[in-house]
Amino acid sequence: MKQDLTLHVNGRGYDISVEPRKTLADALRDDCGLTGTHLGCEHGVCGACTIIADGEPLRACLMFAVQAEGMQVRTVEGLAKGNEWSPLQKAFVEHHGLQCGYCTPGFLMLATSALEENPQIGDDELRDLLSSNLCRCTGYENIVKAVRAAAAEMEAAR
Amino acid sequence: MTRDAIGQSLTRLEDPPLVTGRGRFIADVNFPHQLHMRVVRSARAHARIVSISTEAASALPGVYAVWTAADIPEIGPIDFREGKIEKLEPYRQPVLAKDMLRYVGEPVAVVFASDAYIAEDAADLVEIEAEDLAPIIEADAAPGVFAPGLSTEAAILNQGFGDIAAAFANAHAIVEIDVKIGRHSGVPLETRGAIGRYDTARDILELHGAAKVPHKNRESLAKVFGRGTTGLHMFEYHVGGGFGVRGEIYPEDILVLAAALRFERPVKWIEDRREHLVAANQSREQRHKIRAAVDKDGLLLGIDNEFWHDQGAYPRTHAMRVADTTCGILPGPYKLAAYRAIGHYRLTNKTPAATYRAPGRYETNFVRERLLDAIAARLDMSRIELRKRNLVRKDEMPYARPLSVLEDDVSYDSGDYAGLLDKSLERIGWDALQDELKARRAKGELVGAGLALFVEKSGLGPTDGAHVRVDTTGAIEVITGGASVGQGFETVMAQVCAETLGADYRNIRVIHGRTDRIDFGIGAHASRATVMTANAVRAAALNVRAKALDVAAELMQSEPAALDIINGQVVRRDAPGGASMSLGQIAGHLRPHSPTRRGRDPGLSCDGWFDSEHQTYPYGNQIAVCAIDRQTGAVKIERYVIAYDIGRAINPMLVRGQILGGFVQGLGGALYEEFTYDETGEPLATTFADYLLPTLSETPDVEVILAEDAPSPRNPLGIKGAGESGIAAVGAAIASALDDALGVSGAIVQLPVTTQRLKRILRELGK
Repeated sequence: MKQDLTLHVNGRGYDISVEPRKTLADALRDDCGLTGTHLGCEHGVCGACTIIADGEPLRACLMFAVQAEGMQVRTVEGLAKGNEWSPLQKAFVEHHGLQCGYCTPGFLMLATSALEENPQIGDDELRDLLSSNLCRCTGYENIVKAVRAAAAEMEAAR
Repeated sequence: MTRDAIGQSLTRLEDPPLVTGRGRFIADVNFPHQLHMRVVRSARAHARIVSISTEAASALPGVYAVWTAADIPEIGPIDFREGKIEKLEPYRQPVLAKDMLRYVGEPVAVVFASDAYIAEDAADLVEIEAEDLAPIIEADAAPGVFAPGLSTEAAILNQGFGDIAAAFANAHAIVEIDVKIGRHSGVPLETRGAIGRYDTARDILELHGAAKVPHKNRESLAKVFGRGTTGLHMFEYHVGGGFGVRGEIYPEDILVLAAALRFERPVKWIEDRREHLVAANQSREQRHKIRAAVDKDGLLLGIDNEFWHDQGAYPRTHAMRVADTTCGILPGPYKLAAYRAIGHYRLTNKTPAATYRAPGRYETNFVRERLLDAIAARLDMSRIELRKRNLVRKDEMPYARPLSVLEDDVSYDSGDYAGLLDKSLERIGWDALQDELKARRAKGELVGAGLALFVEKSGLGPTDGAHVRVDTTGAIEVITGGASVGQGFETVMAQVCAETLGADYRNIRVIHGRTDRIDFGIGAHASRATVMTANAVRAAALNVRAKALDVAAELMQSEPAALDIINGQVVRRDAPGGASMSLGQIAGHLRPHSPTRRGRDPGLSCDGWFDSEHQTYPYGNQIAVCAIDRQTGAVKIERYVIAYDIGRAINPMLVRGQILGGFVQGLGGALYEEFTYDETGEPLATTFADYLLPTLSETPDVEVILAEDAPSPRNPLGIKGAGESGIAAVGAAIASALDDALGVSGAIVQLPVTTQRLKRILRELGK
């Protein structure tokens, strides 16, 4: 039976009605129309569906939508302020940190949560962090470069 | 930006939607009133179907229909892309299994429902009763029976030249190895998906979610549904990685179209990851027993190879292409007097196989370079020296041999194989490195270096076209029959058009993957998009340029030769800062009713075509330095150099991206990724917890040497393909380095070198 709830995503409330078994990823995509969050494995390994909920990076495929009620959810659609991209978005383009772009929203959200917490993140810690998501196109090197460049920009702006 | 767009590492036109969540992949596409399709798949590797019960599934609220093979008698098995192949016809895969189940994952039934969750629930209720038969798991075992009168050895391939018996009779030494490549595949991050839609008002059948070869697939699908190609259109959206796997015609593509036609409702199918790992094309699995005859100086007299190609349960759209390429490309960069390849094309009870990035090359580079290492060890010669003695020389180009790859006679167009090897050896400091590694090994470390050389192939024609048009605002549209699988196709085409025409690449919109916009197209496969389509774009842009200058010369009272186009403005060459006309204005003069058109065809737009007689052959080498952890059997790659001559790089940043991405996939196939099956044919790698894609943790820094020393003489831009160079020799180079680390030539005989396999080797060697 469907259940009514309000999801708070990127500062906006979405009144939706979903079955309790519907994942947060599916609800974001199907019910909120936010298709920037992608599904790559649906069992928490690839990280393509990474979102930020109450400040923490989470796999949206491993949560039910009903569990996200009351949380402040952020997705890739909320990263830019109007037409102004975030430092990470700019850096991914500048450093060719994406090819097909399917894993990109997950990497952007993962890195956003880490850099917002600590733009001075160390190299080893950053490599550990980025190892939690899969990319099949880039070979990762340019993703690391992009995140490093964005970290420097964010640190300078602090 | 003008006149210097080619060769620049410009940022990509593709990126803005992809970094802002505005991309549109097939799962993001929905049509009103659509149904969701779920495939019921075989859980058995080899069985005879007794009965299929669909009543419970059909009764579930929200279910619209359930189909088995009996519901689509009009649809035959899936055809081969390049035409009829008589002897393989009876082996083709049915869209839904009819009497037999031949692999775990084979589609048996489909459920259509109002919601994807309900479709999945209903699929679980379909019951398949079947009698198990003994599965065939090993392609090199005795052939079995596919169907009455049909052996599982569906074909034997032969290629070769020279007097092989004489070569071996006269040999100073004969060196033989027996090596295997594991089963792995492209595994893009986005699974497959398709939406069938029938436009009843216009009588047009549409497949949304096309990739790779939209035009060719349109022809095949039009035949399936008895329609002309004008009544069936393909639509490509963003594509989350292709790698050879996506964009072939699979059962699901035909099913969504058949259902859309019959139900007159859109039908959407999105694959899940477990399905992908048992349903999408797998690749690579081969065993080679190969021997070489050499003279006392190490010169190759002959290579004699017998191999077993594990095709899985059915030949797919590629038919025998991978096995045939294996025969044709195996000799690589080396000369030899005689060659014989015999390939056993075997069907087994596994997921069907087809192409994966560098098909036939990842395999043969491993096999051939293993053989070269074995020869060097036997003759006590350095691995470098042996290779150098046998390489095709620069002054021997073009170098043809009586072999074929993709039905194209092999003829290497240009290259300096030895010169590029020297660059890599210098970069890595090969001689000093050997001393350093020797010293470390003396202290007990298991560390070594290895190398592999390779020749790629790219740009198979024969022909591609493009259309370039400029609107009255000066915006440019390049319409191609190419396809984008994430590689940067739009950017590269825009760069070529920008430079040729004289415009800003950011003002160019590139169309691809739309059969309703252009009649023909070669798509994006086998590293041909840049070679073929970019040269067609260049031809079209040259025609538009000539037309624009013709109009402008008349209006500016000048001669075309006295004018240039810079950044979309026609200017006088002798006074570029003076009077000018924009391309948009010229397009205005060419509107149908314009009096200044003066009999010219309306519109600032032209077609362009490019014909190619032969493929181009880029080449390279890879050097690995690896250390082995005795305790865990884990391999750490300390250094990795990839040298690649691409002829001419349109966008070096994107070429490097292709090389780095390909490398990591190659690393997966070398050390981690494998589709394993148990003795009953049950697949054991059906999640990302079992099928191990490399993460950043496993990825070393890679040093890329991107050379442009040997432009292709076979196209005006001098281009060779970029897509498959990074992956091509990773298994080969790492195997060579691991042998060196172990101090035993020939220790590595099988890919992937998983930790378990390496631990066993360490145990056997008493290390």
